[in-house]
Amino acid sequence: MTHLLEVENLEVKFALRFGDLTAIDDISFYLDKKEKLGIVGESGAGKSVTGFAIINLLSKPGYIAGGRIRFEGREINRLSAEALRQIRGNRISMIFQDPMMTLNPVLTIGTQMVETVQAHRRIGKAEARELALEKLRKVYIPSPEKRLDQYPHEMSGGMRQRIVIAIALLTDPALIIADEPTTALDVTIQAGIMELLTELCETEAMGLILITHDLAVVSQVTERIAVMYAGRIIETGYTTDIVTHPRHPYTIGLINSLPGTRQAGSRLEQIPGMMPNLTAIPEGCAFHPRCFLAADQCRRHRPELTAVSGGRHWAACHRLDQTLGHNHLHR
Amino acid sequence: MFAFIVRRVFQAILVMVVIAFIGFSVQHSIGDPVRDMVGERVSLAEREALREQLGLNDPVLAQFGRFCWKALHGDLGTSYFHKRPALDVIVSKAPATLELVFGATVIILSFCFPVGIYTAIQPRAWFSRFVMAVSTIGVAVPVFLTAIVLIYVFGVELQWLPTYGRGVTVNVGGWDTGLLTADGLLHLILPSVSLASIMLPLYIRLIRSEMMEVLETEYIKFAWAKGLSRWRVWLLHAFKNTLLPVITVFGVEIGILFAFTLLTETVFQWQGMGFMFLEAVERSDTALLVAYLVVVGVMFVVINTIVDICYGLINPMVRIAGNP
Amino acid sequence: MRGWQRFKKSYFFYSFRRDPVALTSFTIFFFLVLVSLFAPAIAPHNPYDTSTIDVMDAELPPSWMDGGEERFWLGTDIQGRDLYSTMLYGLRTSVAIGIGAVLFQGILGIVVGLTAGYVGGRVDSLLMRVADIQFSIPYLIVAIITSAIFQLAFGLGRFEQLAMPLLIVIIGISEWPKYARTVRASVLGEKQKEYVEAARVIGLNPARIMYRHILPNTLTPVLVISTIQVAQAVMSEAALSFLGLGMPVTKPSLGSLIKAGFQYVFSGSWWISTFPGILLVTFTLVVILFGDWLRDVLNPKLYKG
Repeated sequence: MTHLLEVENLEVKFALRFGDLTAIDDISFYLDKKEKLGIVGESGAGKSVTGFAIINLLSKPGYIAGGRIRFEGREINRLSAEALRQIRGNRISMIFQDPMMTLNPVLTIGTQMVETVQAHRRIGKAEARELALEKLRKVYIPSPEKRLDQYPHEMSGGMRQRIVIAIALLTDPALIIADEPTTALDVTIQAGIMELLTELCETEAMGLILITHDLAVVSQVTERIAVMYAGRIIETGYTTDIVTHPRHPYTIGLINSLPGTRQAGSRLEQIPGMMPNLTAIPEGCAFHPRCFLAADQCRRHRPELTAVSGGRHWAACHRLDQTLGHNHLHR
Repeated sequence: MFAFIVRRVFQAILVMVVIAFIGFSVQHSIGDPVRDMVGERVSLAEREALREQLGLNDPVLAQFGRFCWKALHGDLGTSYFHKRPALDVIVSKAPATLELVFGATVIILSFCFPVGIYTAIQPRAWFSRFVMAVSTIGVAVPVFLTAIVLIYVFGVELQWLPTYGRGVTVNVGGWDTGLLTADGLLHLILPSVSLASIMLPLYIRLIRSEMMEVLETEYIKFAWAKGLSRWRVWLLHAFKNTLLPVITVFGVEIGILFAFTLLTETVFQWQGMGFMFLEAVERSDTALLVAYLVVVGVMFVVINTIVDICYGLINPMVRIAGNP
Repeated sequence: MRGWQRFKKSYFFYSFRRDPVALTSFTIFFFLVLVSLFAPAIAPHNPYDTSTIDVMDAELPPSWMDGGEERFWLGTDIQGRDLYSTMLYGLRTSVAIGIGAVLFQGILGIVVGLTAGYVGGRVDSLLMRVADIQFSIPYLIVAIITSAIFQLAFGLGRFEQLAMPLLIVIIGISEWPKYARTVRASVLGEKQKEYVEAARVIGLNPARIMYRHILPNTLTPVLVISTIQVAQAVMSEAALSFLGLGMPVTKPSLGSLIKAGFQYVFSGSWWISTFPGILLVTFTLVVILFGDWLRDVLNPKLYKG
C-alpha cells in the first residue's frame, strides 16, 4: 500500500553569505491516509522547516538540498510552480502558529475564504460564500454570515484560529499540516482548538501532521510521533510505545520534564544545557553534550536510526542497551 | 475625539497668528507703504501726512490688529509692482503652480507603484538593481540640475519639447489652464518631469522597502500556503498592506513638492506663484512678499491640520500620543 | 595613541574597511574636503583677484576641445575666470557653509532638544510644538522665505557682502527641528535608564547630569544625522544661490556657479554649469552614501518623521 505522504532523505539548507547551513539533515518519515503524526522538538530543531519544506514554502535563504517528497503518488518537490500551487491550499492545507498574524489585516474574512476556494475550484462567488459558511459552521463559529464581512482585528485569537482552520477545510484536503496551532493562544482555549482539529480530521477523513514542542499534546492526539533534535529525527514510532518506553535519552528527558509524570510535589526534571545552534552542531551524536549516558563513541560517531522493537519503533542512539526501562530515570 | 479636533484647530489658529505676526513685522520694518502708494517723488510733509492717514504712527499692536483684520477680509495689501491687490496677483498665479504640482504628482503616481512593486518582488533582477542605483544618485542630484540636463537634451539638442513658459492656455471659469491645449500639455512635460524627479526616487524606495517588509509577514506566507496565484498575493495581499503607510507619507510630501516648484518655475520661466515670489523679492515688492508668506502659511497649516485630524480619526493611538 | 590602537581593532573600523562603498565614499569626501581647504594653494588662478581676469578669455571651452586653451583646463566662465580654479574656491565656500550650517543647527537643536527632553512638562510641550510646527513646513520654503526677508532687510548690497554667514544662519534656522526632535527622543530614552536615576539619587546637579551623562549618549544619532545634514545643507546652499537668494555670482559657490552658467547652456557653453554640477552631485552623493553606511553600522533609534 502506498502512503499518503512519504518523505525520503529530506535535506534542507540555508544559503548564507559564509556558506550553506544544514537545517534538516537527512530525515525520512511517512504518513498514511487519515493518520495523525506528531513532529516534536524544541524550537530550532527543524520541525517547522520540515512542515514548510513539504509544500516548498521555505523562507528566503532556505532551499531543499536533497531528498524526495511523495504525496498521493506524485513527487511534489519536482513539480512546476503552477502544479505545486494547485496542491497547496487544495490537497495540503496549513495552519500557522499565530492566528493574529496569519490573516491579512486589510481583507475581510469572506474575501480571504472565497479567494481560497476560487483559487482551486471553478465556482462562482455566491457558491464559494456558501461553502465558506458551511465550513465556518463546522468550526462552531457563531453567526457566520456576520463574520464573513468582518476584518480579522474584530475577532479574538481563538476565533481567528477557528477561521484559519475553516480556511484549511475549504477544499477538503487530504492532509493538514498544523504548525504549533495552539501555542499562541490562551491556555484556556488551547484544548478546545486541539479537540476541534482532531475531531475534524476524523469526520473529514484528513491526515494530520502536528508540529509542536509539546509532547503532552502530541501524545493525546496523534498515532505516531517523530522526535527531532538539531535537524534530525532521533526517535520515531507509535505514540504509545514512545510515551511508555522512550529509548532515546532526549525523549526520556522530554517525558520526564512533563508535569504529571512525576509525583505531586516533586521537582520537574530538566534537560541540562541548550540545543546547539545550527552553526555549531557537535560532532558525533548532536545530543551528547547534554546526555547523561554520553560515552566515547557518542562523541565520535553519529548514531543512525535503528529498530528497537520489531519494526515499530526506531531510535538513533549508541547506548540503547542502557536506556531500556529508563522511563522515569533518576540521575 | 471632538476635544482633539478643537485643540488641533485652536493650535492651527495660534500658528496663523504667529505667521501673521512675522508677516506684519516684515512689512512694518522693511516695507514702505507710502512709497508703494505714491512713489519716491513726494515731499516729506506729504509723506508724513499720508503716514498719519494710514495709521502708520499708531501703536504697533493696533497696527498688527488692523493687519490681521484686513487679512481676514482678504486684504493683504497692494503689490507695488503690479498695482493690484496682492492676493489677486497670487490667486492669478496659483493655477500655474497647481498644474505643475498636479503634473508631477501624476508622473510620480504612475511610475512609483509599478516600479516600486517590481523592485520589491524581483530585488535581484537587473532592472531592480539599475533602478536602485539610479535612485541613490537621484537623491543627490538637485532639481535644477535635472532641469538643466532635460532642457539641454530635449530642448536644445533634440528640440522635441518646449522649455520656456506655459504655452497656450485657455480660461475656464477664471482658471487659466494649460491642461486643455496640446501646446499647454507639451509645455508641462519637462517642468513636471523635473519636479517629479525629486520625489520619485524616494517614493520608489519607500514602496519597495514597505512592500519587502510586508512580503516577509506571516499572512503573506499563509496566502502562498492557500495556493493563491502570485499576482493575487502580490497585488492584493501585499500591495494593499503597503498602500496604507505610503498614503500617509504622501499627504505630507505634497508640501515638499510645492516647495520645489520654486526651483522648477525659475528654471522653466513658469509663471506661477514661486516665479512671482522671486520677482517680488528682486523688485523689493514687500506687500506681495508678505502676502505670499501668509498664503503659504495658511496653506500648510490647513493641509497639516487636515492630515492630522484624518490620521487621528483613523488611528486612535495618535490621539493618545498627541496629548502631552 | 592607545585610543587609535583601540579604534583600529573596533567593530566600527572593521566594518568600515570591509565595505567598499563606505571606503570609497569616505575617501572621496576626505579628498574633497582637503581640496577645498587648500584651494588657494592648489588653484592655478585666484577668482577673487580681478587683476588676473580678462574678459577676453570669457566662455573658453575646456582645453581638450576646439578653441580651448592650455591655461584653462576646464575652460572659463562668462567673466573669463578659470573654471577649474573657480570650482575649487566654490567648493570651499559650499563646504564651509554646509559645515557651518550644520554646526549652527546642531548646537541650536541640541540645546533645545536636551532642555525639552530633560526638563519635560510645559517647557517640553512648548519647545516641541514650535519644532513640530516648523517641521511641518518644508525646510526649503523656510530657507527661501527667510533669505528673502533677510535680503530685503539688509538690502542687496549688504546681503551679498554678508552672504556666507547669513546663509549659515538661514540654513541653520531652516533645519534645527530635526536635531531637536532627535536629541529629545534619545534623551527621553536615556532618562529612563538606571544610570541617570543613580546620578540623580546621589545628588548631582541637573546641568551636570545633562551634559556629562546624557549628552554623550545622544551623540550617536546626532553624528548620524549630521552627515546627511551636511549634504542637505550644501544642496540648500546651491538651491538658494540658484534662486538668487544665496551667494552672489561674484563670490563663487557651487550654486552660484551653476546659476551663472545656466543661461549659457542654451547657447552651447554647457561646461560652465556642468562641471560645478558634477562636483556638487559627487560631493552630496559621497556624503549621503557615507551617512547611510554610518546609520546602518551605528544603528541608532532615529526619530522617524
